Amino acid sequence: MAREYETVIGLEVHVELATKTKIFCGCSTAFGGRPNSHTCPVCTGMPGALPVLNKKVLEYAVAVGLATNCNITRYCKFDRKNYFYPDNPQNYQISQLYLPICREGFVEIEVGNGETKYVKKIGVHEIHMEEDAGKLFHDQWEDCTLVDYNRSGVPLIEIVSEPDMRSAEEVIAYLEKLRLIIQYLGASDCKLQEGSMRADVNLSVREVGAKEFGTRTEMKNLSSFRAITKAIEGERNRQIELLEEGKTIVQETRRWDEAKETSYAMRSKEDAQDYCYFPDPDLVPIAVSDEFLDEIRSAQPEFRMEKMKRYRKEYDIPQYDIEIITNSKHMADIFEATVDLGSQPKKVSNWLMVETLRLLKEKEMDPEDIRFSPENLAKLIELTEKKTINSTVAKEVFEVMFAEDVDPERYVAEKGLVMINDDDALKKVIEEVIASNPQSVQDYHNGKDRAIGFLVGQTMKAMKGKADPASVNRLLRELL
Amino acid sequence: MELLSLSAVELGAAIREGRTTAVEAVEAVFARIEKLEGTLHCYITLDKKRALDNAVRVQKKIEAKELQGPLAGVPVAMKDNLSTEGMLTTCASKILKNYIPSYSAQAVLQLEKAGAILIGKTNMDEFAMGSTTETSAYGVTRNPHNPEHVPGGSSGGSAAAVAAGECFFALGSDTGGSVRQPASYCGVVGMKPTYGTVSRYGLVAYGSSLDQIGPLCKNVEDCAAVMEIIAAFDEKDSTQIARKDTDFTSALIRDVKGMRIGIPRAYMGENPQARMGKNPEIYREKSAQGLDTEVRDAVWKAAELLRSQGAVVEEFDLDLVEYAIPAYYTIASAEASSNLERFDGVKYGLRAQAQGLHQMYKKTRSQGFGPEVKRRIMLGSYVLSSGYYDAYYLKALRVKAMLKQAFDRAFAAYDCILGPVAPSTAPKLGESLSDPIKMYLGDIYTIAVNLAGLPGISIPCGMDGKGLPIGLQLIGDCFQEKKLLRAAYTYEQRRNELLVGEG
Repeated sequence: MAREYETVIGLEVHVELATKTKIFCGCSTAFGGRPNSHTCPVCTGMPGALPVLNKKVLEYAVAVGLATNCNITRYCKFDRKNYFYPDNPQNYQISQLYLPICREGFVEIEVGNGETKYVKKIGVHEIHMEEDAGKLFHDQWEDCTLVDYNRSGVPLIEIVSEPDMRSAEEVIAYLEKLRLIIQYLGASDCKLQEGSMRADVNLSVREVGAKEFGTRTEMKNLSSFRAITKAIEGERNRQIELLEEGKTIVQETRRWDEAKETSYAMRSKEDAQDYCYFPDPDLVPIAVSDEFLDEIRSAQPEFRMEKMKRYRKEYDIPQYDIEIITNSKHMADIFEATVDLGSQPKKVSNWLMVETLRLLKEKEMDPEDIRFSPENLAKLIELTEKKTINSTVAKEVFEVMFAEDVDPERYVAEKGLVMINDDDALKKVIEEVIASNPQSVQDYHNGKDRAIGFLVGQTMKAMKGKADPASVNRLLRELL
Repeated sequence: MELLSLSAVELGAAIREGRTTAVEAVEAVFARIEKLEGTLHCYITLDKKRALDNAVRVQKKIEAKELQGPLAGVPVAMKDNLSTEGMLTTCASKILKNYIPSYSAQAVLQLEKAGAILIGKTNMDEFAMGSTTETSAYGVTRNPHNPEHVPGGSSGGSAAAVAAGECFFALGSDTGGSVRQPASYCGVVGMKPTYGTVSRYGLVAYGSSLDQIGPLCKNVEDCAAVMEIIAAFDEKDSTQIARKDTDFTSALIRDVKGMRIGIPRAYMGENPQARMGKNPEIYREKSAQGLDTEVRDAVWKAAELLRSQGAVVEEFDLDLVEYAIPAYYTIASAEASSNLERFDGVKYGLRAQAQGLHQMYKKTRSQGFGPEVKRRIMLGSYVLSSGYYDAYYLKALRVKAMLKQAFDRAFAAYDCILGPVAPSTAPKLGESLSDPIKMYLGDIYTIAVNLAGLPGISIPCGMDGKGLPIGLQLIGDCFQEKKLLRAAYTYEQRRNELLVGEG
């Protein structure tokens, strides 16, 4: 009988923090500046420059630590990780090895649906703060490499899990959970595609029932949940095949090739560098005070579970809507703000659940990318409530609003989209439609009710969509 | 008026009172430089035009009463490891032969803000690694008292320039004695402040946890005046402490009555290392040499003078000093090996032509660094490597902490500790380079001060038979610079009277 294997997975998750300035200097963390325009002597490693910790980084790291049930290290330090590479201007990265800010936490994940649904605790080994590196550009034409230090010194936290996960499903659930916690804290937008959240997968396999872990590999370059799932399957199969063939697994770092859906070895443990870690003498140890901890604790936001509970109590919307809306802090914020402006919860929820989700999917965007304001959504809802515009026009306006966050009132006025409810004006158009579609009129009188739909459509077309379909329907029946 | 005979503070007063101008002061200094620099070679870079332009600007501000500080208009020299915007900063290394910083060190900015006129960058041991200024990639500096001898190091250029009148004061950096020892060899006053007193922002790091910027001056008063300016708080250095007691000139009081001064027995024995601990192997060679008797006599005489002024002077046992040198070279080299990684040919400085990144790194660093720097990078990388970290680096940190405790015990009983700065006066050129261990051991009296983060001051206390200056060292508890300045000032004033008396 074939042997059965169990997959053992631990994750190292890097999250770029949403601070305005870098971790050790006052330079902007904004994306998209000209190369090396967001730099100073500190983040370009000029001789004599010194780092000063951005307090906001510590606040975010502690907030994430508390939300993941970690012990906060009350006396913590930064260490230097020494290695030569041009994207790293000092040739050492300031990180934390000996005394990371958070240790020994956990998050609870829910996996599966219905009958197979289970809850599991995933241990968080530690969370540490560190700086990001710059970016290298290989210029094929000039055959040279250029370096941009705009990202150098952007703050990161690395969340190291225990090897507690056993399947890709658990891994995705864990990542989703982390993403939500961190987004709710406002500590990061956590976008895998854009690299503000990056996960390295440590994976080994062992026979079911075995006590010892197998030899693990580390998989890098995973930029989507899909890639993570594929990589886990691929690596599990690769390792099992090796074992079945009686071969040994080499402890190594592998790189996932998303296009080819395969991985290749980058470096093995044998050529692992000695990073000569030691405490950075330029940064004083951090003493986390009770007051500081209390401040962070009291500023912790309402997390998803509590929010869902409150939504069930306060708003009359379906459980499914609640789940979707609270799955994004940003969407939940828009929902609540729009409701606060006086819109009916169900109406708001509908706009988010139907049109918003459709457009997000169509444009391959995250809920975090939603740019329309609650004010404009509230106005749009009001316009439909008051029957100033009909639902077809409303959808049209919403699309523009979704793209450019226009003011729907002004847009409707400017484009002349106000619904026409003037019976006399409508009658005139309907009479013309009846006159030019005798066949449909005939069909109607012969009992083909579907014909009325066609005639309504023709009328709406003639009205350029600005009529109230209910009025058109009523008048048509009258005139026929 | 002979401008060059004035102290920095005297010159500042003369400029403010209209007896001379900043421009005349700069001209006088450059005339002196022209005369002596060919022999002494105190400077790596000089910029007369920039100095004169600044002198004109500063003079106007002084006349408009916009600048009234004691050092406005006074020419100053900076050690070449202090970053100066628009002025070459080489650290006496080939690897930075073409590096012009885009920013100035905080201490430089503070002095310029106070109206001091930067005239140039002084020679030093490469990256401050050395005790004679002979490891400079740009040639040796000679001792103004005798050009056959070294000026000390690593701030040898700064000390020699002050001693020779090639500037009115200078800044140096002191990681293991690099301000105090050259001050002693050149017969000037040099101070190493409490760690965290002067912002290190812009000081090219050697041993970050030990480095402090300090002044080299003609007398104690100048030293206090400079300290007052450079100790300004700067949030760009996390290791700097916001001090409220930086009015150092207020400590220039001629009074040591009742001041308790301790002399470590081991410091003054004929054979200091023999009395320091259980004679570890490493000291054998040095033990044979010991403390120079002329130095010892001069330091005893200085102690007697302070006693005559009312101080209580006694000998005591200071523990653990025998471990200071190995702990120092472990910690400083470890930090240096990491601090110097940024010099890689990628961003600035020397870049060797080579195929591929790795070869470029190797060649650049092989060509760019001198032998002493390479030695310390290797030593530092070794003690930090995994498997050795605990045995060397961590153990050295423990020694550092215990040494601090030993000093704490001493300062519970004494206001200051008194001793020599160096075991001998300035050696001849070339004598030290052949034997690095011997050079390292010469730092025996200064190094413990850096490890414990304490302030120390070196003041001239006599000459040896060859006409070379001898330095007296006073060491204080953390943040007790004022006690040091008061004792040093009292000593200096009384000694000057005696010297005048002797004719």
